Parts: sequence; structure tokens; C-alpha cells
Amino acid sequence: MSTNIPIVENILNANDLLAGQIHDRLERAGVFSFNVMASPGGGKTSTILRTVRTLMGEFRVGVMDGDIVPIDLEELAKMGIPVSLINTGGNCHLDANMVIGALPTLDLNALDLLIIENVGNLVCPAAFKLGVDLNVVIASVPEGADKPYKYPTMFRGADVLLLNKMDLCEYQGFDLEYFKHGIEVLNPGVAFFPLSCRTGEGFDAWIDWLRAKIKTRSAATHVGQ
Amino acid sequence: MHELGITHSILNIAVKHAQQVGAIRIKELNLVIGEMSSIVDDSVQFYWEMVAQGTLAEGSTLNFRRVAGRLHCDGCGHEFAFNRQDFVCPQCQSPQIRIVGGEEFFLESIDVDFDPEKQRPVQP
Repeated sequence: MSTNIPIVENILNANDLLAGQIHDRLERAGVFSFNVMASPGGGKTSTILRTVRTLMGEFRVGVMDGDIVPIDLEELAKMGIPVSLINTGGNCHLDANMVIGALPTLDLNALDLLIIENVGNLVCPAAFKLGVDLNVVIASVPEGADKPYKYPTMFRGADVLLLNKMDLCEYQGFDLEYFKHGIEVLNPGVAFFPLSCRTGEGFDAWIDWLRAKIKTRSAATHVGQ
Repeated sequence: MHELGITHSILNIAVKHAQQVGAIRIKELNLVIGEMSSIVDDSVQFYWEMVAQGTLAEGSTLNFRRVAGRLHCDGCGHEFAFNRQDFVCPQCQSPQIRIVGGEEFFLESIDVDFDPEKQRPVQP
């Protein structure tokens, strides 16, 4: 006769513990961080490139990229910022273990902002916390307005949502109200910025919001020291 | 496709708890998986035998309790199944709804054997 032992432990506990360690290390170094998640082709790299270009005069930025090949990262490295490739070898997401292993490749004391580009996927990355300050989710107009309904976990876990390729709205017949309703149910009050990385439309609002977040962290770190 | 890693995590948690109570064998693992947690039980099952081999959990059975996604209407209080098409209350058509279930993903309990020759340790 076997005995039942109650446990109730989250399966992803081990990942979450490592994510907590990443968060502590970044916080101690005074680095603000965010994780960029989207489907392949949603605009992760374009958003990061434009964000870095806009903010690199104000903050010391570094980028970590979970990818199979370093093509995207080479684009970023051309701007003269520190970059680090986490070769995912075809894995479907980044997890805290991969990120913590890659942290020593960057000098955290020489950074104010760390951007982590996740694997292009709207399912798996949502489950794995990376210990960052913000989870940035990018949806894009050509993907269709039903994405929040199909991938609820991803949109539910976002701290900020960017809707990219707004310049294509008129060609796509994108139902913005339907999209926004899905978001409102899954993640009430989440910061939302419709924009276009190509034309720059709406980009300032995202940057202003992000800048304020980074400065709040930076002020808190200096008070703490 | 990340179920192999997930399967390892399940094993690690189960073995840790089994060792803590001094069990000699894990017979069953009772998992709770919400509809929205994107875990495919067939894939976990597929990896299980391989992953559990040579551990306290070798030959054990995985039991999955699936929890359906649930939505609650703040308009009329109606609770209904999560669907992936619209988030509107089927009873009163209110769009004021929120998720109340289906995000679970944890190991609820394990069924273990103790060595009959030894005195049963006190459970924590």
C-alpha cells in the first residue's frame, strides 16, 4: 500500500529560482533589463535596433540575443554596443539557466540597460521567467487581430505590449478594437503602444515610457547605494 | 517542444520530496495542468520512461489532472469555458470578463513506498 505525499510545487520552480538570482545580480549592478518576445518576423530585432539607436546617447546599452545564427546580433554590434549570443541550437525559448550562463559575457557594471531578445515564438517563452524588469511583447498587424485569443499566456504575461507595423493597418483590415478587447480581458490596464518600426510612427511614446521606467530604477539604485 | 526539460523538472521535484520523507520508490505522480499552460501531456508521457530510468521513479505512472480554462463575467457573475475566439459573456454579452482558472502547472502529490523492513519515518 503506497502513501500519498502532498507536494504542490510549481514545475518551473527551478527556473524561477534562477530568474530571481538574475534579477538580484542585475539590480545590484544597477542595470535595468527587459525581455523581448514576439513571433518570428514580428519585429523584435527592428524594435531593438530602433530603441538602441534612440537611447544609446543617454544610456549604456547591451543586448543578449537568443538565436540560432548571429545575423541579428551583427546588426546590433555595428552600433558599437556590447552584444552576446545565446546559441539556442533550435530551442523554442530562452530560460533562466541560459541567461545566467551568458551574464558573464557582458560587463554589467558598464551597462545601464540590458535588452534580451527571446526566441521567435508566442508559446514557450511565456512560461520561462528570465528575472528581467519588464516583459515586452510585440504583436504585429500582419499576424492578425486574433493573436491574444490564440496565445493568451503570452499576452497575459506582458508588462508592456507593442503593436508593430501599424503602417500596414489600412492594407490588412486589422480589427484594432477586437485586438484591444482581447488584451483588456487578459491583461487589464497593460501599457500599450501601437507603432511602426519602419516609419517611426508611435515610437516616441514607447521610448518616453521606457525612459521613465529606466530613470525610476536608476534613481532607486542610487538612493539604495 | 520543451517538454523534455519540463519532464526533468517534474522528476527532480518528485525525487527531492521522496528522498525527504525517506521513500524507496515513487509509484505515481499527480500533476495538475491548466489548459493555458501549453504543456502537452502526451509529450511529457513520451519522455517520462526514459527520464525516470534508474531513479526512484522508474516504472512510475504519471496522472494528469487537466484544468479547463475558466472565464468569469463581472457583469452577471456567470462562469464559462475559455474559448479562443471571443472574450464575451455568452449569457449577458458583457465584455467585462476575466480569467479565473486554467493557468495551473504543478506537482500536487506523489504516491510512494517505504521500506517495509524499516520503521516508517514521520511525515513532515
